[in-house]
Amino acid sequence: MNLEFSEEEKAFRAEVREFIENNYPQDIGTRGVQDEMSREDLLAWHKILGKKGWSTPAWPTEYGGTGWTPTQRYIWGEENARKNTVMPLPFGVSMVGPVIYTFGNEEQKAEHLPGIRSGDVWWCQGYSEPGAGSDLASLKTTAVRDGDDYILNGQKTWTTLAQHADWGFFLCRTDPDAPKPQMGISFILVDMKTPGIEVRPIKLIDGGHEVNEVWLTDVRVPATNLIGEENKGWTYAKFLLAHERSGIAGVARSKRGVEQLKEIAAGEMLDGKPLIEDMGFATKISQLEIDLSALEITELRTLAGEQAGKGPGPESSLLKVKGTEIQQRLTELTLEAVGHYGTPDFRSFPDDGSNDFPIGPDYAHHAAPTYFNMRKTSIYGGSNEIQRNIITKMILGL
Amino acid sequence: MDFDFTDEQNMVRDGISRLIREQYDFDTRRGVIASDSGWRPELWAQLAELGMLAAPFSEEDGGFGGATEAMIIMEEFGKGLAVEPFIPSVVCAGGALKHGGSSAQREEYIGGIISGEMVFAFAYAEPRGRYDLANLETTAKADGGDYVINGHKAVVIGAPWATHFVVTARTSGGQTDKDGVSVFVVAKDAQGVSTRDYATVDGRRASEVYFENVKVSGDALIGDADNGLPLIEKVVDEATAAVCAEAVGAMKVTNETTLDYSRQRKQFGTPIGSFQVLQHRMADMLMEYEQSVSMCYLATIKLDEDDATRKKNVSAAKVRIGQAARFIGQSAIQTHGGMGMTDELAVGSYFKRLSIIEGEFGSVDHHMRRHIALTAG
Ligand SMILES: Cc1cc2nc3c(=O)[nH]c(=O)nc-3n(C[C@H](O)[C@H](O)[C@H](O)COP(=O)(O)OP(=O)(O)OC[C@H]3O[C@@H](n4cnc5c(N)ncnc54)[C@H](O)[C@@H]3O)c2cc1C
Ligand SMILES: Cc1cc2nc3c(=O)[nH]c(=O)nc-3n(C[C@H](O)[C@H](O)[C@H](O)COP(=O)(O)OP(=O)(O)OC[C@H]3O[C@@H](n4cnc5c(N)ncnc54)[C@H](O)[C@@H]3O)c2cc1C
Repeated sequence: MNLEFSEEEKAFRAEVREFIENNYPQDIGTRGVQDEMSREDLLAWHKILGKKGWSTPAWPTEYGGTGWTPTQRYIWGEENARKNTVMPLPFGVSMVGPVIYTFGNEEQKAEHLPGIRSGDVWWCQGYSEPGAGSDLASLKTTAVRDGDDYILNGQKTWTTLAQHADWGFFLCRTDPDAPKPQMGISFILVDMKTPGIEVRPIKLIDGGHEVNEVWLTDVRVPATNLIGEENKGWTYAKFLLAHERSGIAGVARSKRGVEQLKEIAAGEMLDGKPLIEDMGFATKISQLEIDLSALEITELRTLAGEQAGKGPGPESSLLKVKGTEIQQRLTELTLEAVGHYGTPDFRSFPDDGSNDFPIGPDYAHHAAPTYFNMRKTSIYGGSNEIQRNIITKMILGL
Repeated sequence: MDFDFTDEQNMVRDGISRLIREQYDFDTRRGVIASDSGWRPELWAQLAELGMLAAPFSEEDGGFGGATEAMIIMEEFGKGLAVEPFIPSVVCAGGALKHGGSSAQREEYIGGIISGEMVFAFAYAEPRGRYDLANLETTAKADGGDYVINGHKAVVIGAPWATHFVVTARTSGGQTDKDGVSVFVVAKDAQGVSTRDYATVDGRRASEVYFENVKVSGDALIGDADNGLPLIEKVVDEATAAVCAEAVGAMKVTNETTLDYSRQRKQFGTPIGSFQVLQHRMADMLMEYEQSVSMCYLATIKLDEDDATRKKNVSAAKVRIGQAARFIGQSAIQTHGGMGMTDELAVGSYFKRLSIIEGEFGSVDHHMRRHIALTAG
């Protein structure tokens, strides 16, 4: 047992840190406080990493991966969290990319992998439907074969950042008569500019626009966009979900969040002393840090297992549940810490294009919206109830 | 033992509940909070006409009730998420005047509050004061028979709609001394008063209120100079009990909505309400609600007892209800899945209001500390 990083790993950390210091664009997200991040903002770092060959570190080297060990990838994640970088979106890099290089044919690999690596092509995930959330296999969107094409009809929902997407990967029903609902589903790549696709915004409780409804009316897609075999989409979808979950613990980002919380609590005063010196509040911060350490070591144990050749299994459910609970508690404590100035709605101030909040301390103005928004983390990516069901079945064997 | 309400109190409940149900459905509320003014003055006038704005006052002040009536009204406000300034104007400012005001002040201002012609906001919190009511940087300097007020009050709820403020200021002593706090009535259009108005994350309106050499006459002082803290503490406790009642009303609707949704929403071919983990969570939500109702009653009943008893029970209620508000709000969103995250469904608005109530008039931690201080030895 050894928790220390090796000399090579330390050298790697130094290299990574220097690269981020020298190359991360400083102006990302520095416009007015009301702005959603633009497509350019969200892709800027991705594009820089693409040129460096670091945008898809976990991919096999033959497809442009780095060959980094899981520990190196972990260090990479930590260093990015330190600088709070805007990381490449998971939909291309962590989800559809691995599906394409694992199950796609040579043409598909040649067509799609370069754009994912470079950050030129934006992907979205068309899984969920109004009637199919936790029970994804009950999805109804159809793809009917017509000559060399599929014709898609149906409605997807909760499609994250589809408003910017160039391509989407969709689960569609190709065999309505299959004996089990999981068996008649196909995994199809769709150019979002195809006629018949309409993307409609959904406003969330924090006031932001990050998800959409996607309506598909007689959308004609070349049959060559099918991944793998027809009616085998569920297998690919499940493969992808395991990949999605492994990044979701968010340890490094939460560590940074704890540091920020401590800074806030050091500045807020209570009875003439910094809030952080209050036993009650300090206890809550420590509890969070302790739980975060437990999660971190658990994740490192999982990584070590992966390094030894064990793929991501049901442990990823544990990481997701614990990781999201910590992320949510962090936002609760931040809202508590800021006191009265958590209440104003910063979106109600006229946008003068500056990043200064006209009242209260700067750190206060996102506290409530972030708290509201982060409730999503225990819902998406397979809700925490569903993750517990998975642990019950797959690990406990109940 | 008697937990029944009088006929008169039941009439108050019926009246306010009908009004809110008929005139404050969720779509109406959405329109109201998005409108320029952000509230419904016409509803306020109707409330005045129905006598609701008089409900917490004694007969000699032109009213007919007290804290129980305020509780009943706020519970119904909570059910409809009404944004009108009943707590700031009637409970806070009205409370300061009824407990501390001279007969002339009571006649003028309580009369104005009851008729709806005057709308008050309660300017007591400061940017760096957190929940400490005595921590005041705002000063009121005696100047002959007058006072000159300077300072900045934070997140003054309802201030954009106000005609008047009740303001706390330091007339002597150091920044956090218990002595030296005084309370004043200041007209919003007084020379030197300015505001910066904004919306709040839970759909209300508030302002930063700035006082720059605002001169008020000696009659503006409510109660005794330098001894305003006990008055303010009492008023804030009454407001805390009222916001607890609002939370109870909001929790009730949140629980009902969640239960309804769990019966209708199907996944895996069955209503999600058939999953035991959700059933148990909703059972917990119900228990949290019932405990909250009890604590809300307790706090309201104890408001007129001695200071220590009042404070202890109000803090106990706010702790319990703050915790319940968080549990119920979060559980409701989780049970609604993605739909709970949308602006479209009412449940998100209840969650947001409950989340902000947690910190209003003191967070769980603040009231826990006060409870410890009052009960430990
Ligand atoms: C912000 C956000 C972004 C998203 N992004 C995407 C995206 O990009 N692409 C995409 O395809 N989808 C996306 N989703 C959808 C997400 O995956 C679903 O919301 C999620 O799977 C839950 O489904 P649902 O919302 O229909 O909730 P439901 O399935 O209706 O669940 C409601 C409640 O019931 C519980 N429940 C359901 N079944 C069970 C059971 N068997 N046992 C116990 N409890 C159960 C759930 O845990 C939840 O608490 C996103 C969602 C959100 C909120
Ligand atoms: C100190 C003590 C005093 C007692 N005194 C008396 C007495 O005076 N007279 C008398 O008749 N009995 C008495 N009992 C017995 C008591 O009523 C039983 O222990 C109780 O009903 C639980 O039954 P069980 O022990 O068989 O547990 P089980 O029924 O086997 O339950 C085991 C676990 O499974 C859970 N479980 C079972 N069914 C469900 C379900 N449908 N959904 C979710 N969870 C479930 C239970 O909650 C429990 O956690 C006593 C027990 C104790 C410990």
